Amino acid sequence: MKHRTFFWFFLPTGLAMLLFIALPIVSVVTQSLFTPHEAVLVTVETCTPFKCTQETTIDQDATAAIREAEPLGRFVGLSIYFDRGHLAIAEVSEAWQTRASFGDFFNKLNNLPFYRAMGFTLAFTFIVTPLVILMGLVIALAVNTVHARLKGVVIFFSLLPFVITPLIGALVLFWMIDSRGILGTALQWMAGDPSLSLKASTGLMWISLMIYGVWHAAPFAFVIFYAGLQTLPMDQIEAAQIDGASRFQRLRYVIVPHLMPLVTFVALIQLMDNFRVFEPIVGFNASAHASSLSWAIFNDLGGETQQLSSAAATSVITIIGVAILLSPVLVRTWRDYKGKV
Amino acid sequence: MSSPANKMPVALRFASTVFVIAWLLMAAFPFIWTFWGSFKVELDFFSISDWTNAITGERTKETHGSAFTGAGYHGAWVEEGFLRNVINTFIVCFFVVCTSLTFGTLGGYALSRSGFRYTFWLLIAALIFRAMPPITLVAGYMLPFFQWNLWGILPTTIIVLVAINQPFTLWMLHSFFQNIPKELDESAKVDGCTQFQAFRHVIIPVMWPGVITTGLFSFLLAYNDFAVTSMLLSEGNRTMVPQIAAFLGTTQTEGNIMFAVAAVVSATAPLFVLVMFFQRQIVSGLTAGAVKG
Amino acid sequence: MFLKKFAIAGAMTALMSTSALACEISARVSIVGNEFPAIQSVGAGAQACTGAEVATNLTADHQKINLPGMQGNPAEYTSAIVANSSIVALMNEDVIRPLDDLVAQHGQALKKNQLITIDGKVMAVAFMANAQHLVYRSDVLEKIGVEPPKTYEDMLAAAKMIRDQGIMENPVGGAYAAGWNLAQEFNNMFLGMGGTHFKPGTAEPNINNEAGVKTLEMMKALSEYMNPDFLTHDSNATNAEFRAGNVAIMNMWGSRAATLVSAEGVPQEVVDGFAIAGPMTVGGGNIPASTLWWDGWTVAKNISDAEAEATFIAMMNGIAPSMMADEEIRTQAVWLIDGYEPTEAAVGVFAAAGMDTIPYPMLPYMGLLHTALGNELADFMKGDESAEQALKDVEAAYMAAAKEKGFL
Repeated sequence: MKHRTFFWFFLPTGLAMLLFIALPIVSVVTQSLFTPHEAVLVTVETCTPFKCTQETTIDQDATAAIREAEPLGRFVGLSIYFDRGHLAIAEVSEAWQTRASFGDFFNKLNNLPFYRAMGFTLAFTFIVTPLVILMGLVIALAVNTVHARLKGVVIFFSLLPFVITPLIGALVLFWMIDSRGILGTALQWMAGDPSLSLKASTGLMWISLMIYGVWHAAPFAFVIFYAGLQTLPMDQIEAAQIDGASRFQRLRYVIVPHLMPLVTFVALIQLMDNFRVFEPIVGFNASAHASSLSWAIFNDLGGETQQLSSAAATSVITIIGVAILLSPVLVRTWRDYKGKV
Repeated sequence: MSSPANKMPVALRFASTVFVIAWLLMAAFPFIWTFWGSFKVELDFFSISDWTNAITGERTKETHGSAFTGAGYHGAWVEEGFLRNVINTFIVCFFVVCTSLTFGTLGGYALSRSGFRYTFWLLIAALIFRAMPPITLVAGYMLPFFQWNLWGILPTTIIVLVAINQPFTLWMLHSFFQNIPKELDESAKVDGCTQFQAFRHVIIPVMWPGVITTGLFSFLLAYNDFAVTSMLLSEGNRTMVPQIAAFLGTTQTEGNIMFAVAAVVSATAPLFVLVMFFQRQIVSGLTAGAVKG
Repeated sequence: MFLKKFAIAGAMTALMSTSALACEISARVSIVGNEFPAIQSVGAGAQACTGAEVATNLTADHQKINLPGMQGNPAEYTSAIVANSSIVALMNEDVIRPLDDLVAQHGQALKKNQLITIDGKVMAVAFMANAQHLVYRSDVLEKIGVEPPKTYEDMLAAAKMIRDQGIMENPVGGAYAAGWNLAQEFNNMFLGMGGTHFKPGTAEPNINNEAGVKTLEMMKALSEYMNPDFLTHDSNATNAEFRAGNVAIMNMWGSRAATLVSAEGVPQEVVDGFAIAGPMTVGGGNIPASTLWWDGWTVAKNISDAEAEATFIAMMNGIAPSMMADEEIRTQAVWLIDGYEPTEAAVGVFAAAGMDTIPYPMLPYMGLLHTALGNELADFMKGDESAEQALKDVEAAYMAAAKEKGFL
């Protein structure tokens, strides 16, 4: 295809992505390097319906002049990235120098919001992603053996957790796992502990969030693998069978290799989505126990005073994190691509 | 896998059946439970005093004289006019799917037919774009949208959702088109067609399985989106999901959870219908190669 | 929420009955604000004006959109309905205008205490007040033979008795959900302990001290008598516990008192036992452990004078004294409007105002401290770290944010 033709074909999608994703990314990167000007504070009399008091406020006339001169704000380089809300360079090095033991160091690290968020984000990503793939594969294999008449119904119900709106799905599960909800009560009964509450303990909350993650995403993996199973090379399977390969060997040496490109695809999408985990934390009201990078952005933007620079820095870190996570997949795609050309 | 060579041992068949049943229970139970609970009053739905209330509907009986009540549905649909939100959702979904697919097929086709190196980097860029948390993107849109008076209306939300959805659409369709033999359109071009005519007359007729599957994914994204719709739509133009979130209430606002629950059930019903009609297409579209890594 | 429609209907009838006060405007009005019933009534009142379009966008997300919506020129919104916490963001960015001239021209119906005056300039017009105060079950307290608690120490003692006598397992309610709610409970208690959030005249935090530690200890003590999931309970969930009859004493928003037991399916004993009283004090202090709030409206800066005038007139119509004749509207809030006769549900807020409760601080950097408190206190409440460490974390998190925003 000629460059010119390609250009016209690609223009609409390219323009949409350029305007609504690339430009905002540029502005987010810029935003993360600048902060608002120093505020000129004055103390003035403030009267409310209740009483008059001396309160501090911003001297708008003085501040406006500074803003006029440099509308982007103060250039602060990477200092937002290094402050306590993000990489916390000073706090981490102090924790390292004063560490009593490695455990103590990690405790101190875990006390910093960025590392706490990163801890949960990574745990969620690396536990949920393989479980989703495994669960999806097992469901696909099991559904594939179901009688042809029932397949439609089974596939239908299997897809439900994936199609449901994530926030709503999380809410529904959150209502059910309440210690007085049906699942919560069932768990108390099974554990023989009437005071058991999934929402009161950090560990159990993490497990609940991860189970939700698997529940929600497994159908996605399932439907992709199931489609892959429909194109299995039957001749190879039969050949393997004639050679005396056991059921497990056939799975291991024929079916799984056949599905491998699909596994890569699912892993790619899941790594990315799980790294941005957000809705379950909001839906489960879990911010006391777990936070993630996306949640940190949400929190910066949702306060009474928005912290735009801080949110921007976390966003850039998220993109870099995803790029690192995906790098093995990217390298593989690049090799494939070069092989093809 | 119906060939006799694949006959399963009884134990394995049994285990597999049990597993399927267990999975179906896991997948479907929350929906059944919510559906059942949507006909109760809030205190029963949450069964804060006793968990059996959710089943028997003690408090519902006391209030409405029967263990079931349509009060939640009446509240959501009649008092709060949920229909308006439903219509908005379908407008948004329809245009998002159509626009996404138009942009995506053109772009995906071009990427699959051009051998130049930049196609690879475009695909990688699209992947990186997809990594951006939507919530940050949205925060960046607010000021310009207000400035240009574009905030709050459906078209703005539609084009933003299309853009956010493009990376995934491009990847799906790119790999799908790669599985359509190049010879098809090459021969058309030899016969004197331009690239676009080749696309129009040769590719379009055979691309539907992949396009439908990709379209379904676009539909789900638009239907389920919360981050974009809740921030970019004004109160009067809300789609279903932000409206349900609004039913839940905030610190100062008394929420009405049962309106939300009834709305959740109502919002899930179209998805049921969708999956029921299209599950075959999803599978066949995927099988035809919309996903090949 | 379901009150919304009644509210609008109510406002309409109120306005129709007083059609003598016709409201004519000549330029566009566009209002952004929260969505609770009282604000819906104000919005409906403003929309009754004729002559030009009056648009409203009343949504719980108002805080995220009011600033960008007023920063443009001309601004999308000509008026934002705010509270003492959220007006700060608008003042920090200088997007609202002084109202002195308009008050002189069109504001004859306003009482002096409705004017929010900063440095001698009227920046907002308040129309309702709010505060957190005691809500309790009189039947339960009678059963254990105690008076409604006047202090948090009394509350703890009563809670212990209720639990020991096996009446309720977790008798104390509290909106302790991590985030905004938890921070707000800290603010209440901290002010009650005699603390001040900042070193006077500066943006330096001042919470890592004895008052702060005592505050956290009291909160921890109370949480022992709460449902173990308290860190996920916002005010909605806390109210649900009260309605289910699981909670006998709690500190709750005055604005929620009117509808607390009118929801469907609330057991009769809860309806009968429901009672409210003023806020409690703590630690032997005489300032209540609560904060006073007002809600009011502002007018955007980046709009023409004609639009500002139209907005002012329309908003004045939204808080017209004639609305107070409507029973439905009267119970929606503790109104500051002339002619308002307090209802039963207003007792707690009035008591709070009468006891010299401190208003929620209207400082440019208070929002940052509030966010920091909400994020960092959960570790202490879970029992994972000491009070001193939690307060140190709050100060550190706040300092990082305040440096970024240029306050330090």
